[in-house]
Amino acid sequence: MLSRVANSIYWLGRYLERAENYARFIDVNFNLMLDLPGDLKEQWEPLVLATGDKDLYQAKNQGYNMQEVIYFLAFDTSNSNSLISSVSKARENARIVRENLTKETWEKLNETYHFVKKASESKVWKNEDPRHFFESVKSQILLLYGIADSTVARTEGWYFRQLGQYLERADKTSRILDVKYHILLPSPKEVGSPLDFLHWMALLKSVTAFNTYRRLYGTIDPSCVVEFLVLNKYFPRSVFFCLKEAEQSLFKISGTNGSGFSNSAEKSMGELRSKLEFDDVSDIIATGLHEYLEHLQVKINFISNQINDNYFQIKDNFVSQTMEQG
Amino acid sequence: MKVIHNNQQGFYDEMFEENQELRGHYDRFGKFIQSTSAKKLSHLQYSADKAQMAMGMTFNVYHDKEGMEKILHLDIIPRIIPGHEWKVLEDGLKQRIDALNLFLQDIYNEQKIFKDEIIPKELIVGSKDFLKPCIGLTPPKGIWCHITGTDLVRDKDGAFYVLEDNLRCPSGVSYMLESREIIKRAFPELFNTLGVRPVSDYSTKLLEMLQFLSDKPKPVIGVLTPGVYNSAYFEHSYLAQQMGVELVSGMDLLVENKKVYMQTTKGLQQIDVLYRRIDDTFLDPLAFNPDSMLGIPGLFDAYKAGNIALANAPGTGVADDKAVYAYVPKIIRYYLDQEPILKNVPTYLCREAEDREYVLKNIANLVVKETNAAGGYGMLIGPKADAEEHEKFRKLIQNNPKNYIAQPTLSLSTVPSIIDNKSIEGRHVDLRPYVLYGKEIEVIPGALTRVALKKGSLVVNSSQGGGSKDTWVLY
Repeated sequence: MLSRVANSIYWLGRYLERAENYARFIDVNFNLMLDLPGDLKEQWEPLVLATGDKDLYQAKNQGYNMQEVIYFLAFDTSNSNSLISSVSKARENARIVRENLTKETWEKLNETYHFVKKASESKVWKNEDPRHFFESVKSQILLLYGIADSTVARTEGWYFRQLGQYLERADKTSRILDVKYHILLPSPKEVGSPLDFLHWMALLKSVTAFNTYRRLYGTIDPSCVVEFLVLNKYFPRSVFFCLKEAEQSLFKISGTNGSGFSNSAEKSMGELRSKLEFDDVSDIIATGLHEYLEHLQVKINFISNQINDNYFQIKDNFVSQTMEQG
Repeated sequence: MKVIHNNQQGFYDEMFEENQELRGHYDRFGKFIQSTSAKKLSHLQYSADKAQMAMGMTFNVYHDKEGMEKILHLDIIPRIIPGHEWKVLEDGLKQRIDALNLFLQDIYNEQKIFKDEIIPKELIVGSKDFLKPCIGLTPPKGIWCHITGTDLVRDKDGAFYVLEDNLRCPSGVSYMLESREIIKRAFPELFNTLGVRPVSDYSTKLLEMLQFLSDKPKPVIGVLTPGVYNSAYFEHSYLAQQMGVELVSGMDLLVENKKVYMQTTKGLQQIDVLYRRIDDTFLDPLAFNPDSMLGIPGLFDAYKAGNIALANAPGTGVADDKAVYAYVPKIIRYYLDQEPILKNVPTYLCREAEDREYVLKNIANLVVKETNAAGGYGMLIGPKADAEEHEKFRKLIQNNPKNYIAQPTLSLSTVPSIIDNKSIEGRHVDLRPYVLYGKEIEVIPGALTRVALKKGSLVVNSSQGGGSKDTWVLY
């Protein structure tokens, strides 16, 4: 596979996943706000903090009202991580490697792009309840995954997209969890209160984890939620699961059998994956949830750069895509 | 929907006779349209528009703004060509390509045609499209023009005339293929009953032709594109996808030991055949334009060493120069000893005294063109210009006669088209069939028909309100 093509497919995977997760971010906050007792103020700031784009946001806005935050996260083209930017860039990468995609995949992605563009033109963020739009973006991207799953051959290109998708998802799950860190409770006494539980439940729902969690743990408990979303071995959105899948993709690409590593990307990926494999939730709490997650995100960015150096950056004049999030 | 029979005086309509009867090959289709409600027709047209957008059949209008992707409007009423007329076109195109290929081989090698004084030597070697680095070269299998998209028009006398030979990477074939898919959905019942010849095996034929150029049993093939911002990018990726070959850009390729390699995730892989959609002089900054950012340094050396085949061969462009065009009938007679089957538009070469006299006298009725300018630059349309401009061009011609040719104005034929969803009116069209030259010369039984959607307009270019039609060639 051409290095340039692999690069585009990898980023196609990342941007699609990013777009889908941004739709989830906004959804989680809506769920939270709807459950709030009437006397509490809505909080939209945590979303911006969790995405790591606080500086850019503050340069453009005074406060954190719902419309402004939704516009910034979903429709602001000057925010290179916004939903619309991610969908545009996913499509742009797809257009570059269109001959490598199945016709159905391309057409569905193209349709999603036009859907988002149209919603942007009709200023969806001004609607009282724009959840329908985010719901729709989410299912369109999931449909795209389904089409790919049943039409794309399991060759190199497939694994580069999987690699991008799972690395991005690992990062985003960690950020969704971080939203909870940033949400303020009315007073420290409220930790463990019904309101606190509501927050944790909304969080689980936003990553479609609520039912699975319930079956596994029963009661809502913060450290259990953290354990589930970071360390669970079987849930397809947990950070560990995503890293494991991403590592497997790397092995498929290089053709190694999975014992040890054959390049620097596999080395750092294996290092992070095994750290999570051996960590207990008590290690996370001891480090501090926010600090632990931040460290994860830094590591994931590092791995992405390693992938770039090993597979995409072969010639000097090659233009690389650097779209990390701080 | 109201069919307006505006067979304008002096034009040939493809669907209607002058007495407004349907022509034989349009009989069934015409009756179908007349019995279909306006609502149904406009719905079919709407579905076609939607399908084009969903497929991303777009061309870029401006460079870097994604919002500037446009679709080329596809009018659902097809242009139908009966089998016997097609046979003439087919034979004529084969003959023309055969002769032009021999001509190219000759001018870069023995140059017999100059020695026999059929065509002036300095007209060819003085052209900017004559590539000196190609002198003495014979491309793989002796083929220069692998892919041609000849532009033709039908004049008021009902005969087809060749307008341009387009020997350098003609575009539009993806529209021929995708439009067919869309129109098939609009009129499924008509395809069988009418006997429309299929075009869908074009990509197979293109692939076979490219494979033929290499002696390897399984050659590696690529489509070379200038990149995603090129206006024809959709077509480049479409063709690569349809053929199942790599779409490569200059930055994917490098040359080592006169061999061309692609950079893959597994290291370098040699490539044997390139269907290049980059202009000649941008191919290799070492051999041609040193400023080219698109090219691959050393590509031409690899080509000379016989390690890569390029389609079309570099240097082919010289044969579709406007002044060379006038000589094509002579070229056909010289190399094939046959009379040309297809007509050339009469062309007056101002370099020749007799022609020049005629042009100076009749300038008000002629189109005057600069020989080496493209896209309507340095052009005079006699009937639309005033006396002052006529005089200006007379002076220009007298000062530099070699630089000008003149042709009579042509009347393009018309095909009924859906206008503003309200009526069906005749609009002017041209015709671009595609010819492949591999093991043999083959004319694809279909074409891109471009239509000028503005009333009375003869300009079919997409940038000026042009659209396209599916072209049905009958058995």
